[in-house]
Amino acid sequence: MELKTRINAENGKQEMVITREFNLPVNLLFKAFSEPELIEQWMGTKVLMFDGKKYGGYQIETRDPKGNVAFKASGVFHEFKADEKITRTFEMENTPFGVQLEICEFESLTDDTCKLNMHVVYESVAQRDEVLKLPFAQGINWAHSRLEEMMSKLK
Amino acid sequence: MNLRRDVFQAIADPTRRAILLLVASQSLTAGAIAANFDTARPTVSKHLQILTECELLQQEQTGREIHYHINAKKMKEVADFIEPFRQMWDDRFNKLEAIMKNYKPNK
Repeated sequence: MELKTRINAENGKQEMVITREFNLPVNLLFKAFSEPELIEQWMGTKVLMFDGKKYGGYQIETRDPKGNVAFKASGVFHEFKADEKITRTFEMENTPFGVQLEICEFESLTDDTCKLNMHVVYESVAQRDEVLKLPFAQGINWAHSRLEEMMSKLK
Repeated sequence: MNLRRDVFQAIADPTRRAILLLVASQSLTAGAIAANFDTARPTVSKHLQILTECELLQQEQTGREIHYHINAKKMKEVADFIEPFRQMWDDRFNKLEAIMKNYKPNK
């Protein structure tokens, strides 16, 4: 099946643009980005703190099945305009990936469809490229822990 | 056939990732690989076939046995691609869309 999400990451640039059209009215898309309990559901992470407004910020965290913190991230909001735009920073804590700037634009297409445009700027080209490789590395790690689990059951 | 996409379908499956991980450290026969999984042997064979077809695994005939080993060059190529990242966001956004379609404001 064709992916609906497009990513434009040109070689040698420290930014990328993620775009996606949704079969949702724009206010519902914005809600999914601005209500902690909804963010928890689609991002699969826990929201520790969320203050959706200019000068506000957020903290998210994911724990592995053993209860150890596997992922912790936070950021601040520079702009928080309902159904239109969120400008925020994002930083994965205890990692070398630095801070990224995310400009999310919410655009209404019809009454039932809308478009998300996420412009992400990294500290450097190298950092952007490292972040791009993350899901693959995690995929392998997840397989690894599952494998360990299987092996420990055999003993 | 879109080969590039197939590579990412191949690594999207947890069992296939586990197979790649097993074979990463040493080349193994199909039997030795299957012994690591609860899954039925034909299912493991199917996984091996897919991984071989998209060149993540290579077969090597040693005597009467066929050993599977990892194609490091192809793995490197995959790791450099943007596709797993796109897949991750696409999965998240699909979930978002499904959740919001069922969203009831007064819940």
